[in-house]
Amino acid sequence: MELIFEKSRPGRRAGRVPDYGLPVPEIPAEFRRARPPRLPEVSEPEIVRHITALADRTFGVDSGFYPLGSCTMKHNPRVNERAGRLAGFRDLHPLQEDDGAQGALELEWRLQQILAEVAGLPAVTLQPAAGSQGELTGLMLVRAYFEDRGEGETRDTVITADTAHGTNPASVTMAGYALEKVETDARGNLDLDDLRAKVGKRTAALMLTNPSTLGLFDEGIEEVARIFHDAGALLYYDGANLNAVVGRSRPGDMGFDIVHFNLHKTFSQPHGGGGPGAGPLAVREDLEPYLPSPQVVREGDRYRLDHDRPKTIGRVRGFSGPFGVFVRSYAFIRAYGPALREMSDAAVLNANYLLARLKDVYDLPYDRHCMHEFVLSARNLKREHGVSALDVAKRLMDFGIHPPTIYFPLVVPEALMIEPTETEPKERLDHFVDAMLQIAREAEESPELLHEAPHTRPVRRLDEVRAVKQPVVRYGFAQHEAVEAGA
Amino acid sequence: MSAGYLSLTDEDREEMLAAIGVSSVDELFEQVPERVRFLRELDVPPALPEAALVRHLEELAGRNAHGGVELSFLGAGIYDHYVPALVDVLLSRGEFLTAYTPYQPEMSQGVLQAIFEYQTVVCELTGMDVSNASGYDGCVVAADACYVAKHTSDRTKVVLAEALNPQVRQVVKTYARGFGLEVVEVPHRGGTTDPEELTAASRDAAAVIFQQPNFFGCLEPAPDLARAAAEAGAHPIAHVDLVSLGVLEAPGEYGCAMAVGEGQSVGCPPLYGGPHYGFFAAKEEFIRRMPGRIVGETVDHDGKRGFVLTFQTREQHIRREKATSNITTNQTLLALAGLFTLAWLGPQGLREVGETCLALAGYAKERIGLPLAFDRPTFKELALRLPRPARDVVAEARARGVHPGYALGRDYPGMDDVLLVALTEKRTPADVDRLAEVLREVCG
Repeated sequence: MELIFEKSRPGRRAGRVPDYGLPVPEIPAEFRRARPPRLPEVSEPEIVRHITALADRTFGVDSGFYPLGSCTMKHNPRVNERAGRLAGFRDLHPLQEDDGAQGALELEWRLQQILAEVAGLPAVTLQPAAGSQGELTGLMLVRAYFEDRGEGETRDTVITADTAHGTNPASVTMAGYALEKVETDARGNLDLDDLRAKVGKRTAALMLTNPSTLGLFDEGIEEVARIFHDAGALLYYDGANLNAVVGRSRPGDMGFDIVHFNLHKTFSQPHGGGGPGAGPLAVREDLEPYLPSPQVVREGDRYRLDHDRPKTIGRVRGFSGPFGVFVRSYAFIRAYGPALREMSDAAVLNANYLLARLKDVYDLPYDRHCMHEFVLSARNLKREHGVSALDVAKRLMDFGIHPPTIYFPLVVPEALMIEPTETEPKERLDHFVDAMLQIAREAEESPELLHEAPHTRPVRRLDEVRAVKQPVVRYGFAQHEAVEAGA
Repeated sequence: MSAGYLSLTDEDREEMLAAIGVSSVDELFEQVPERVRFLRELDVPPALPEAALVRHLEELAGRNAHGGVELSFLGAGIYDHYVPALVDVLLSRGEFLTAYTPYQPEMSQGVLQAIFEYQTVVCELTGMDVSNASGYDGCVVAADACYVAKHTSDRTKVVLAEALNPQVRQVVKTYARGFGLEVVEVPHRGGTTDPEELTAASRDAAAVIFQQPNFFGCLEPAPDLARAAAEAGAHPIAHVDLVSLGVLEAPGEYGCAMAVGEGQSVGCPPLYGGPHYGFFAAKEEFIRRMPGRIVGETVDHDGKRGFVLTFQTREQHIRREKATSNITTNQTLLALAGLFTLAWLGPQGLREVGETCLALAGYAKERIGLPLAFDRPTFKELALRLPRPARDVVAEARARGVHPGYALGRDYPGMDDVLLVALTEKRTPADVDRLAEVLREVCG
């Protein structure tokens, strides 16, 4: 389809702007724009059709099954969208004085209370904008804590698992720490011997996802916590997989000191084609003084933003956080109430059902019950028929299914990381199983069908190498090299 | 009773447990060591059916003094510009709303193309060559820019103009510790930054960040500031408001290396601070150090045009501890709101928004009759010098149903008598008359 710039015609427009008939003061020449920006000139009917066509070429959870491992692509209740659009929230300026924002502050405070209970840790900040920023903020807290104890210089290393999301090591570097990796043992738990050898006086913290990105709960978690706490180090819980254990196990009870939530995963903020999200943190009592400023506090029946925090690490984002996400997540949680555990129970049941039905056909690197997701390997298809995880993923598209996460975690070759979430009915799960089994048969009978997949999408496989070697990252207008626009 | 968001029947559950070979869900949780199992019910408020939930949220929303309750002139970084109706309607399409990052391009050509179009409009407005798919907000993109500058200069200092948004400066300082960067601030002189002072401060700096128009609403001598930074060997970075760029010069045209900012003013309601989108644009030479997603054009096996995430070797999921950033989830949906708003406005509409803001600000200067704190050209915000503390004026004006603006003393010591008033095209001359009347009443 055409780009919106290719639909542009000089003089065409959609929006009308109020003109109050007032004189327009002249902008001094040195500040004035010399050349108008080449924004598209399109009428409203054509903008609407353009955006509709873009939506038609996009696949969301609303379109079908989306078992993208680690991303928790669950149903997004529409009442939450209505809530986020209430005028009292939507049109509230973030610098409004606290007495004019009592409803918003109360919602934030209530969400903090709930997150503290779910984490099993008493103090919460809502400020971080996403999980990754939660990680970085958490590491800043670690630094502040050790500096306060005079160990800021000596504790310079953070340990991550070899199964960790890429965000963990990236956050470690951005926080100014050195990185050390620990291995996974044959059961899919952290290798305790490797861990004991690496934890010491230089260790500031462990960052761990539990259940891990293999979808397995670390059976040695109590010993892991003991090793770190005995060494005076802190434990950071990457909440990416919290959807597995809400109401079943709490990170604080496992021994973690800092926890981030991905509200867009566990508590259903729609993922929006890449975002927004939110990454609140819950922490141990003695880490509370370091939390970002401002903090939402309650005094009697009034709420306010507390900026007077002498030990704070500072601010990590504007205002008190992505408020619209808080509204949706709060609404989501209130729809469940104390029965929130049923969410995780269904997520774990759905995942184990898929696992049980697929493990005889695809390789299962760690043969255990899984939690909310599991990792299969297509290495048997690769070895026997030359069909890769990528081929399987692309072929799934022809069944109207979004592919799982592939080639991650890195410790599993030809990985297919599958997370069905709790909201899927059994028929959808069965359809996915049927598709996966058929693809395994096709790998044997007609592998070229898989190498050539997908066959039913608006485009066929795309040349990613060309996108780097001949970078075109914006429309070039008259200089734009013409390629066939396609259907 | 649980929410109606689950889909399994009792019969489904029985069949599934049988297929797994366990008798209960509890058995699946046996991998959780006994002592860390949570055995009681979560202590959270009771479940609400949808109608009661809406009533509860309406009650909370109703206790906020939002723009429909007070006639508001608050700005200071978040602005009440008009968001076209089609933005909300079309972004409610479930395909955009409920998709995630387009890792699988064949499933996501629509959102990829939309991001490519977004990158193009950001580049056009800022005069840059490359834009990412969005950053968290206008604060964090400034910190991102410092990280890029550090790695492309091998210098360990950044310079911030004091007239740069205080929250932006706070976030840069928070991040700077982990980045190993020293942060130096250059004071304003009469409302704007002095180029010579900036040159002196910029020696050995990786980057200089200034804001145009600055936090006081004044137009900085931006070309001179960019030149001053460049002469000292620092990357000049402009923090800009997209709304202003229909009438104000693009940072790329006056020598900036990068342009960043808060995108909220184009496409997003205030929403008590977010989610909005930060934009990050740069000259071509920085492409391999950029943070975040970038969409590129390519072709498929049949030679047809398509779009993919590109330069992914910069990113955390490939490069891990050597990544240019840890960002993963970004602000795509809000960035698309920005794209669609700009398409709706077009070049003419964007210029008209800028001109209407300018005209209203000019009208407000005359009607209000209070002195400006700074004798500088302005765009849509005015720093007014009041005869009384601004906080008291705000409180008393609010009691009359008008929020007159931001008390600058909240961030700048010594500016307790300065009020920052924002004029967007949504305010009318009659609104300005009402503001003038109220300020006369409360200022005596």
